[in-house]
Amino acid sequence: MALLQSIRDHHFERRIFVGRIILSTVVAALLLGTVVSRLVQLQVVNYEQYSEKAQGNRIRTQPVSPIRGLVLDRNGKVLAENLPAYQLELIPEQVDDIGDTLKRLAELGLIESDDIEELIAQSRQTQRFRPVTLNPRLDDEEISRFAVQRARFPGVDFKPRLVRHYPDGESIAHAVGYVGRLTVEDLQRVDASRYAGTTQAGQTGLEASYESRLHGDAGFRHIVTNARGRQITTGSSGVIDALPEDQLPHPGDNLLLTLDLELQLLATDLMQDRRGAIVAIDPANGDILALVSAPTFDPNMFAVGMSRAQYASVSEDPDRPLFNRAVRGIYPPGSTIKPMLALAALETGATNLTRKTMCRGFFSLPNSTHRYRDWKPEGHGEIDIHEAVSQSCDVYFYEISNEIGIDRMHDYLVQFGLGYQTGVDIGGERSGLVPSTSWKRQAFKSRDDKRWYDGETVIASIGQGYMNATPLQLAAATSAVATRGIRFRPRLVRGWRDPLTGDVTELEPAQLPTVDIKNDFYWDDVIASMNSVMQHHRGTAFAVGRDAPYRMAGKSGTAQVFSVAQDEEYNEEEIEERLRDHALFISFAPLENPRIAVAVIIENGSSGSTVAAPVARAMMDHYLGYKNAAQ
Amino acid sequence: MRLSETQRLLVGKAQPLGDFARLLKQLRVDGPLLSALLLLCGAGLFVLYSAVGESSRMLLSQVIRLGVAFAAMFLLAQMPIDFLRRWTPWAYIGGIVLLVLVLVTGDVGGGAQRWLDVGIRFQPSEIMKLAVPMMCAWYLHDRPIPPRFSALGLLAIIIAAPTVLIASQPDLGTALLTAAAGIIVVILAGLSIKLILSLAALSVPGAVVLWTYFMQDYQKQRVLTLLNPDSDPLGAGYNIIQSKIAIGSGGLFGKGWTNGSQSQLEFLPERNTDFIFAVLSEEFGLLGVLVLLSIYIFIVGRGLYIAVNAHNTFNRLLAGSISLTFFVYVFVNTAMVTGLVPVVGIPLPLVSFGGTSMVTLMAGFGILMSIHSNRKLLPR
Repeated sequence: MALLQSIRDHHFERRIFVGRIILSTVVAALLLGTVVSRLVQLQVVNYEQYSEKAQGNRIRTQPVSPIRGLVLDRNGKVLAENLPAYQLELIPEQVDDIGDTLKRLAELGLIESDDIEELIAQSRQTQRFRPVTLNPRLDDEEISRFAVQRARFPGVDFKPRLVRHYPDGESIAHAVGYVGRLTVEDLQRVDASRYAGTTQAGQTGLEASYESRLHGDAGFRHIVTNARGRQITTGSSGVIDALPEDQLPHPGDNLLLTLDLELQLLATDLMQDRRGAIVAIDPANGDILALVSAPTFDPNMFAVGMSRAQYASVSEDPDRPLFNRAVRGIYPPGSTIKPMLALAALETGATNLTRKTMCRGFFSLPNSTHRYRDWKPEGHGEIDIHEAVSQSCDVYFYEISNEIGIDRMHDYLVQFGLGYQTGVDIGGERSGLVPSTSWKRQAFKSRDDKRWYDGETVIASIGQGYMNATPLQLAAATSAVATRGIRFRPRLVRGWRDPLTGDVTELEPAQLPTVDIKNDFYWDDVIASMNSVMQHHRGTAFAVGRDAPYRMAGKSGTAQVFSVAQDEEYNEEEIEERLRDHALFISFAPLENPRIAVAVIIENGSSGSTVAAPVARAMMDHYLGYKNAAQ
Repeated sequence: MRLSETQRLLVGKAQPLGDFARLLKQLRVDGPLLSALLLLCGAGLFVLYSAVGESSRMLLSQVIRLGVAFAAMFLLAQMPIDFLRRWTPWAYIGGIVLLVLVLVTGDVGGGAQRWLDVGIRFQPSEIMKLAVPMMCAWYLHDRPIPPRFSALGLLAIIIAAPTVLIASQPDLGTALLTAAAGIIVVILAGLSIKLILSLAALSVPGAVVLWTYFMQDYQKQRVLTLLNPDSDPLGAGYNIIQSKIAIGSGGLFGKGWTNGSQSQLEFLPERNTDFIFAVLSEEFGLLGVLVLLSIYIFIVGRGLYIAVNAHNTFNRLLAGSISLTFFVYVFVNTAMVTGLVPVVGIPLPLVSFGGTSMVTLMAGFGILMSIHSNRKLLPR
């Protein structure tokens, strides 16, 4: 019975078990069916969508930066180009001991040992397969030195890249400017898609102001990357092949400048070991022929990248080579404003062509004992306006100053472009200052300071006091005198050329409001007096202009750096060189049909007519095609 | 009957196979099961070679692990099943002791205490994957089937004790699989369907308890990620998203061996372990996947066949549990990789890189073979 029971149980149990196995199989089949239908959904129904996503994962569009436009002078000479340079790179993942490698590279003189710590930090920050730049530019000698030792430096190599190059960098630094590493601020300013792949952007000068035209448009190419963004170039064909078509970048336009490189080089030469600026303009259209600020610097250092020590050497130089004196330096214009004031005085009737004044070497306002001194202590004697300009008599202008009045003085000087930005096509320009009563009311706080004093008008008449101007403004004002009031906005760029099509876009000269001097005789006389400055035996710069084979006009200026107290002897030797007067000179030539107007400022040059005038003469000689006797 | 040399040559093609079958029988090895397992492992190595970036060093280490696993299979296949049954309680108790030891002294690996270092490092939880179903089957062996309600209490303890210990390591994946192996035994023993359904209903509050008291933050994150992978595409959802892209872009025929961009370019995480199924799907397409799934189905089917033909309760229940647990592995892994269930860290059996669970799996198949040989050696 027990056995029977057990046998029956045995069959019964087996039946239950088989039933459960069947049940399990059904459940398992359902579960498996779920997985299979999910696979069908993913691999068949939504195949297209996932295939696209996989492609998107695999393929990265890599920007290809465009080639930056060239900068060419008015004769087509290259001022800025792009040259291949070799940089030393390190790929962190291929180097076992980065610290040791850098130390040995420093021993070879290929990197600076001061930079090691920062380079180590950099190599830790980026993804380990991305190269770190150790030295932005290797010269030929360094390349060969490294090439010999290459085997000792696995993971270190030199790579070519295009680097902005300025063949005559120091000469054109302040006009053309330079490119530097693209900064975060730059990126906020520009269209990011155009700048994908760009590492440098114009920082100063034309490189900055014409950045968008020089830059061009980025293209792109397709590469295969893995999940960590590393480019994959080898592998199975299904992984690395079948990429969409690439798009070529569109290069930047070539800028066509008004600058004359030869003249620019000469100006740089003339300013050697001096501080100051030279600006030369074609009066007929506002074309800037030369724009030089001294001392200067090598813009190639910024384009290539430099060490901290190199940067410190230019940025901390007390002579401030990075400072663009031509457009940002403001100087008291001194006597250089006398021709313009003479025009204002004649036009307003404050004086006339025949009025004469007795110059005894000083001037005092009525009811005052304060003596305003002439630069010539013994005085000029009896003198008219023509001679007052040519001999630069201060007393004559002191006398008529309050008859013109400061506000009318302001109104006329402003018409020549002083006191306002010229609108030149590089940035950072200062506006200078032409004082007026309303200006003084706004500029000062206390009631006494707000008042305009007659004495201030007196010193304003010889371009001192509050008045100041940039060298560019003086050159532009000189051009306006040369053209008898017809003015153009000074410019460095006359057009550009698309390097692909060759199409040239020419910019029209931008004419500005004409100076309102109705009587042509006044122009004749003032220009004639400026001619006398240089080519009449009593002119202040006769020594400079006497032997010229052409007729020219000029005016010297000497701007006080500090004021000399009453009756104190002016002793040049005792004054430190830095406290000497600035030497200024403005001029244009040829007299009949002016083709060049020049403003020269030599800081602490003492005398406009003997120090600055020869510089202006050399510039004009060169541009007009004459050999300079002084050279 | 004696065959002439000619006859021997004519039918000779089958003759060596016949010899081979006899050899297998002597070795107590089940031919069909072994063939399917070898086929699976061969296909697995093929996929793995692509998934590990064609590294022969890693392939070799997998081959060595497979060798150890097959050795374990052969070893267990030689043990008489009655001998194994008699030692079952001791194995179970020993396993529990080791699990407690792990919690007290175990090495920490991958953020969890799973390893025990006794000359060689191993995970005691692996023992329990076999010991729990064996213990359940042992307990039911002498008792009437279907189990009385009173028997269920002790069965619940047998299953729950190691599950809780493993879950608190914490290793939720292994804990769930261990519990599943035991529960399958009870279900196969004829646990009433009503009870199963009501227990399933109870699993809802059970899940709440699990969520609140047992699941780690990363595990909760996995569940949340499953529900909406796009909520965190670069974080927790990344695995699922990339896995689905790999599978979907494989299409019907796949991109070809070593041509899967998702796997080769490392977009697919864990591509040689838990997510190797996505590599297979990407490179061999739906067709390749179906071929692999067929092999799995055959293995499970062969296991169930052995279970149905087993001669006693212990053998039957154990064989059924081993086979169905193997299916659970396959299902959970493929469902996880295709984004149907949360990522629980269960490898694709015998294909994924890595060895601990592979030895346990093959030991299970060794037991299956032992059960099968036992049937043939004993009269019904």
